Amino acid sequence: MTASRIEKRFAALAADDRAAFVAYIMAGDPGLEASFEILSGLPAAGADIIELGMPFSDPMAEGPTIQLASQRSLAAGTKMADVLGLVRRFREADDATPIVLMGYLNPVLHRGFERFAGEAAQAGVDGMIIVDCPPEEADPLSDALEGVGISLIRLAAPTTDDARLPAVVRRTSGFVYYVSVAGVTGVKEADASAVAGPVQRLRAASGLPVAVGFGIRTPQRAAEVARVADAVVVGSALVDEIAGALAAGSNENVTERVLSMAAQLSKAVHLARVRNA
Amino acid sequence: MNAPAKPNDWSAFPDANGRFGDYGGRYVPETLMPLVLELDRAYSEAKADPAFQAELAGFLKHYVGRPNPLYFAERLTAHHGGAKIYFKREELNHTGAHKINNCMGQILLAMRMGKTRIIAETGAGQHGVASATVCARFGLPCVVYMGAVDVERQKPNVFRMNLLGSEVRPVTSGAGTLKDAMNEAMRDWVTNVDDTYYMIGTAAGPHPYPAMVRDFQSVIGEEIREQILGAEGRLPDALVACVGGGSNAIGTFHPFLADETVRIYGVEASGHGLKTDKHAASLTGGRPGVLHGNKTYLLQDDDGQILDAHSISAGLDYPGIGPEHSWLHDVGRAKYLTCTDDEALAAFQLCAELEGIIPALESAHAIAKLGEVARDVGKDGIIVMTLSGRGDKDVNTVAAALGMAI
Repeated sequence: MTASRIEKRFAALAADDRAAFVAYIMAGDPGLEASFEILSGLPAAGADIIELGMPFSDPMAEGPTIQLASQRSLAAGTKMADVLGLVRRFREADDATPIVLMGYLNPVLHRGFERFAGEAAQAGVDGMIIVDCPPEEADPLSDALEGVGISLIRLAAPTTDDARLPAVVRRTSGFVYYVSVAGVTGVKEADASAVAGPVQRLRAASGLPVAVGFGIRTPQRAAEVARVADAVVVGSALVDEIAGALAAGSNENVTERVLSMAAQLSKAVHLARVRNA
Repeated sequence: MNAPAKPNDWSAFPDANGRFGDYGGRYVPETLMPLVLELDRAYSEAKADPAFQAELAGFLKHYVGRPNPLYFAERLTAHHGGAKIYFKREELNHTGAHKINNCMGQILLAMRMGKTRIIAETGAGQHGVASATVCARFGLPCVVYMGAVDVERQKPNVFRMNLLGSEVRPVTSGAGTLKDAMNEAMRDWVTNVDDTYYMIGTAAGPHPYPAMVRDFQSVIGEEIREQILGAEGRLPDALVACVGGGSNAIGTFHPFLADETVRIYGVEASGHGLKTDKHAASLTGGRPGVLHGNKTYLLQDDDGQILDAHSISAGLDYPGIGPEHSWLHDVGRAKYLTCTDDEALAAFQLCAELEGIIPALESAHAIAKLGEVARDVGKDGIIVMTLSGRGDKDVNTVAAALGMAI
């Protein structure tokens, strides 16, 4: 099988001894066209991988920032078909940047795993993270995604003990996502020194790159984590820029604010190991 | 699609993965998964421990006031002119509803697990009050998440929880009702994994909650069996209970699942009517999906987004239902009827006038269907309906619905 976009991207970054900057935005926030503009600009702003949130009415693992993004997106009328449509349009101009969909199980289940997997693969999706689908419940979804070459990316948490690790990394590919704090997205701050051990443990157990997310808000923290992890995920800090621009009124350029923050974060991630050396 | 086959042994469910047929399971974020597995182990041990069961039985007797009566509703029986109607009087429990049966079991388990902080979600406030009550009794701090809309419409219960020493946190996300309160409780749990015990109020959520809450509520059905055998010398022909999440119903039904002569009726809230978008009938008007840790019937739109439920009764105002009910519905062991707000209001008044009992609006949904069930089972039949709670909390709502100022 040919290497996936995710594998190629991590291989290229490893050759440069750089960590990946993973940027999260919510599909359809604050509206479909606005989010397409942000999405299209992210690679130039330094995003190595993009996590695209699928809006859900009941996002139980999200902090206030992503909850509100989800609400804005649904209020703007975003449907699952629109989420896939964004990826399809993005792929017309960019065939290299991996896109990982992140969200909750019910909208995917509602569409049907087989149908969703087929549509997502056709649109150019590379991976999926389903927050409320632990490995114990994942087999039907894995069956569908494996059939079309989409990685089901697993989450590991501070509460994941050694006994659970084999189950957590079974049938996974692409990378493993380490949730660096016990909590919801964007509230508690990650502790870079506490992350190093779990990252090594996960790398060894999975043989895959490890991304760290939940609670990384500043370029400084992103750089610290980039020294120990293979990828750094930032979501709430980017989405906060959308909320901030909306609150500031129509004169603010939403896209500019988000991409400017993304550029600062990506720079910090990409230079982290250089400065350290 | 053909209905799945009925099992030979009802007690074998849920299976080791927390499944009732296709329903149930453990759909939680990885951070919570180890906690859910730990809870499963701890509950299995407690369940098999005679000392735990004896302690629980002691508190149910001396603190909750069990067993409560099985009462022959003579005038309501005459009114319908059909089967004999009995009420299982859960509204006579301490705190006025069946909710405390479950809270007493869970708080003893939480303490056994060494947890030092309790969180709970509540809709109408009945489970919140029951949680606050047991936390006061055992001296544990308690945070109750309650939708901001519900905080407004259930102020007396908010005051009660505060009196009992609990903190009530209004939830403004989403529609500000029960499902949003449950989301927020999950967020608290995922953030405070070391010391916190999540006391879920209904027979739903990730395994083992649906089975555990059912077990703690099964004291209702077990007492019914003993009491009806004493009163009538035989089992009832029908059981009736209202269903929101469905904890009083599953506690009533479960001990009778293997008794094939006993017909089982759950009553869902159809609010303004099933043809409107303002109802809470997950089984009748929803389809299977995943929410709050379990696979079950849910009210959802054509894109898999969860819809807000509506019922005049805040306790039934939830877009999901416990997974065991979804399974009983699919295999045909239980029949689920629906009752509108207006029918429930009429039954509320009828029960007050004929029996001198003001029922909870939730229970009024079951009362409203007694005529239909009485005709189903015939004049020589016997019906037991679980009167899950008392209606003092609802008098303002009912007065407003009837256009009266009090």
